[in-house]
Amino acid sequence: MEKWQCQICGYIYDPSQGDPDNGVAAGTKFEDLPEDWVCPVCGATKENFEKM
Amino acid sequence: MAVVEIKENVFWVGAIDWNKRDFHGYSQTKEGTTYNAYLVIDEKITLFDCVDEKFKWDLYHQIASLVPLEKIDYIVVNHVEMDHSGALPFIVDKAKPEKIFCSPMGKEFIQAHFHPRNWPLEVVKTGDELILGKNKVQFLEARMLHWPDSMFSYLPELKLLISNDAFGQNIASNLLFDDQHPLEDILQEAKHYYANIILPFSPLVKKTLNKVEELGLEIEMIAPDHGLIWRSHVKDILGLYGEMSEQKLKPKAVIVYDTMWSSTEKMAKAIGEGLNLEGIEIKLMHLKKFHHSDVMGEVMDAAAVICGSPTHNNNMLPLMADFLTYMKGLRPSNRLGATFGSYGWSGEAPKLMQKVLEEANFELPFEPLRIRFVPEHDSLAKCKELGLNLGKKIKEKF
Repeated sequence: MEKWQCQICGYIYDPSQGDPDNGVAAGTKFEDLPEDWVCPVCGATKENFEKM
Repeated sequence: MAVVEIKENVFWVGAIDWNKRDFHGYSQTKEGTTYNAYLVIDEKITLFDCVDEKFKWDLYHQIASLVPLEKIDYIVVNHVEMDHSGALPFIVDKAKPEKIFCSPMGKEFIQAHFHPRNWPLEVVKTGDELILGKNKVQFLEARMLHWPDSMFSYLPELKLLISNDAFGQNIASNLLFDDQHPLEDILQEAKHYYANIILPFSPLVKKTLNKVEELGLEIEMIAPDHGLIWRSHVKDILGLYGEMSEQKLKPKAVIVYDTMWSSTEKMAKAIGEGLNLEGIEIKLMHLKKFHHSDVMGEVMDAAAVICGSPTHNNNMLPLMADFLTYMKGLRPSNRLGATFGSYGWSGEAPKLMQKVLEEANFELPFEPLRIRFVPEHDSLAKCKELGLNLGKKIKEKF
């Protein structure tokens, strides 16, 4: 599964880890994150992410 | 420096760093700076932000002229960077506050900076309120303006926004208010500040400004943590931030260069002449005379950045590499670029500069321009032609 990087702060979304602090289970693809999910570090929206 | 009451029972208790020139290791501050901290005297006496560690006694004496430090109930940490939190451990030790408020990332950052054992940290998020007595504080997270921990504090009864680094300027003065200075000068400093610190986060500035509008915050005064306090020109600074966050540009070109035997400089002037004939405002900036942060201040509203360097040991000169690295990190967008330089035999510099500009998403309509050794009349005509063509391209954008 592909990792995506926040173009604002550099945070990397790794689907194998998910974002458990914000209720996203490990194994969730970036594409399947809810539309209102934001970068857990800087608060940027999904459109600010690029596939690595 | 005496304390200043900026609003009823809100006191500026900060410090002035008159001699500051190197700002955070990357920007130059020719006018010095201030570290603004604010003390609200209410049922809960609350300190908003601290100062650089070197100025901890300034802060101490400022506060002590109003109240003994142990009377402080709350400290709000809007941002953990050392120029605002360096004095925090000292003040916490003296004041022994009941609570210290910070954003979620603020808590992590305080721990990673000061490794405190038993500070009474309390995390607040956008929308949280804190009652001080007559006044209350509403918190607004301002992530990446300019760190993940950045936060604003809004006091609705006073219509006062304590904005931390946003809306700041590096100006050292004991005349603390915007209307005590020529507006043009302070907006220029605000622009320099934005270009060197806030620019990469422009999309988030837009979002935060929208959020402020959405929340319907009435703002009568903006008190940033550097420089002057906005009370007469709140609209002007909000308007300027709106424009800068959209990277609104002018028909202006910055020609930035370094030179060995003045050949590249001659090319720079000839390119400038071509742009001038097309009616474009130009700035020629020799990197040995201008610091990269001052060049960025001019790039902020320029539609084009034109880079010149001779070739030295198959590469560009070191100051150009420095400038390009710095500018690329600040992520200016929607701009035209071009490159030029004199060379002796191999001549790689213009192509290498062009490559960096391409990676930085500049639009590059023309091939790099190289001239062997010393330019004469005909080769300078080529430079002028490049200037004319770039001028036409710039005009197409307006």
